[in-house]
Amino acid sequence: MNYWAVLATTVGIWVLLALSLNIITGEAGQPNIGHAAFFGIGAYTSAVLNTKYGVDFWGALVMALAAGALMGAVLGLISMRLRNDFLAITTIGLNFVTVAIFQTVPYFGGAMGIGGIQPPRIGGLTFGPVELAVLSWLVVALVVILNRHLQRAWFGYALRAIRDDEAAAAAMGIDVRRYKVLAFVIGTGIAGLAGSIYAHFMTFISAGDFGFNISVTILAMVVLGGRGSIPGVLLGGVILGMAPEVFRFISDYRLLVFGSILVLVMRFFPSGLLGQGSRLQELLAGAFRREGAGVRVR
Amino acid sequence: MSVRKREFDLYVEGRYRSCTTGLALSYSLGAESTVFLQQMVNGITIGSLYSLVALGLTMVYGIMRVLDIANAGAYTLGAYLGVLAYARTHSIIIALLAGAGGAAITGYLFQRAIYTPIKKMADPIVPLVASIGLFIVMEDLFRLIAGPYTITFPVHLPLNRLTLGPVVITGTQAVILLISAFLFLLLWILLNKTKIGLAWQATAQDTETAMAMGINTRSVVAFAFILGYIFAALAGILVAIHYNAVFPTMGDIPSYKMLAIVVLGGLGNPLGAVVASIVVGLAEAFVAGYIGSFLPTDAIAFLALIILLLVRPQGLLASGGEVR
Repeated sequence: MNYWAVLATTVGIWVLLALSLNIITGEAGQPNIGHAAFFGIGAYTSAVLNTKYGVDFWGALVMALAAGALMGAVLGLISMRLRNDFLAITTIGLNFVTVAIFQTVPYFGGAMGIGGIQPPRIGGLTFGPVELAVLSWLVVALVVILNRHLQRAWFGYALRAIRDDEAAAAAMGIDVRRYKVLAFVIGTGIAGLAGSIYAHFMTFISAGDFGFNISVTILAMVVLGGRGSIPGVLLGGVILGMAPEVFRFISDYRLLVFGSILVLVMRFFPSGLLGQGSRLQELLAGAFRREGAGVRVR
Repeated sequence: MSVRKREFDLYVEGRYRSCTTGLALSYSLGAESTVFLQQMVNGITIGSLYSLVALGLTMVYGIMRVLDIANAGAYTLGAYLGVLAYARTHSIIIALLAGAGGAAITGYLFQRAIYTPIKKMADPIVPLVASIGLFIVMEDLFRLIAGPYTITFPVHLPLNRLTLGPVVITGTQAVILLISAFLFLLLWILLNKTKIGLAWQATAQDTETAMAMGINTRSVVAFAFILGYIFAALAGILVAIHYNAVFPTMGDIPSYKMLAIVVLGGLGNPLGAVVASIVVGLAEAFVAGYIGSFLPTDAIAFLALIILLLVRPQGLLASGGEVR
């Protein structure tokens, strides 16, 4: 039971990260290959508040969300000046610099990391693996509902307009700056939240947990599942989140399998497994044809 | 993965320290300018190595608008093929040729099988993710085939250390500087004096117009990839000789640092890439030499990048990419 609960929590955190990146990269079309930086900022905020100032999990959770969102706003403002590949590389740089700061500044525990983070508590109940799994998937459900809501609101249409053609969106009177920054703030805020859950779940964190390879894995989940598609990103998060366990029997070839999946999916399903216009998605849409399912918005 | 990278960092740092302690003598003479000059030589050497890899990346980017992280895989591939060929033949020339040949084939195959078909998709994130995947596959193949450990590259160069006044240039440093200078010259001639080089420039500026003018852009793309991968492989061999080490994850540091450098130089601009490489090499040498390591050296390049990009979003030297 404990094994499955720990696995469920881990996958839940991955899915949360993938969903949050999807708002930035999938919906608003802004490349972000340094998402783990915000995950780390959330985790470290939570860990420092908990271990150094005695703030409990729930308070730390809110502060982690705020810290992630604040840094996201900064990146959002940077994205005003930098586009596409320049922004992509800046986010990589942000990831490296953030990890370097966590690793070298003694306040953040340096190379030793931060240990002794308390698990969440409600009244007399201290959260074990099962409660944490429930908590993380509850947050996933909340984020999915929020995301669905945003997609159908004016906000979602504005983001997709910016993704498809920024200049045209601006010409149509969409406040590109505002929506871009908002997308970054929401996405990185959720990543900060995921970081807080991670810190209190692991009770020990170090800078290496938030490195560039984590960013790549999160991005891979979004791209594999299908940018902009919530079911797709959920699928991508679950597949790659479970992969280390599922492929345990070929553990020596795990990275090889991971890399090959990335290359093959990009080569043959460039919009992801369930992304817009992918073969699989069309097949599914054909099987469950509903009202309006045949209309493809391009 | 990160543990081995850390080991490498420590190893490089160690070598770096021993190199600077060798200078303690001249330092004790109170010659502040000697240290300055020596750091400059070290910085330019590292910068030249960076620029060889960065040139390959920028050539590919200039034409395909693809950030090809897998290029750093060619760097490791070159080092492995080089060490293999050197062990058989004990000829540094054959080692360089073997690395270049293997990388050229790899580059051509990647371009034909992966990048050109993918590039038809408009979204630039697709080829980027594919290249990350390719790089992961390559690194893991190196580990599985050659083993996870470090192989030495014991080349005995028939060169003594050069002493120019107070500044010492080691034999390998001299070879790196010479080969780099030769390759820069070669590339300059290739790009400015040959038909294929001019075709590259035209295609980099505007692919559609170049096609309309009758340039075979397919072969230009292949040329960029082959040349880019050859440069990476040669840099890999030189680095392997410099640090006397070949290991599966040696491409980790270049793969991401080169992105920063290529952007610093203005994406798709070969001259800018060289200038940016030397600047980053010097910055790292001076920061390590004077201020000490307040941040890991990898972070310095990126910190410089972020600051510079905010001031000059188009990079150090404005590039042909400006048109877009």
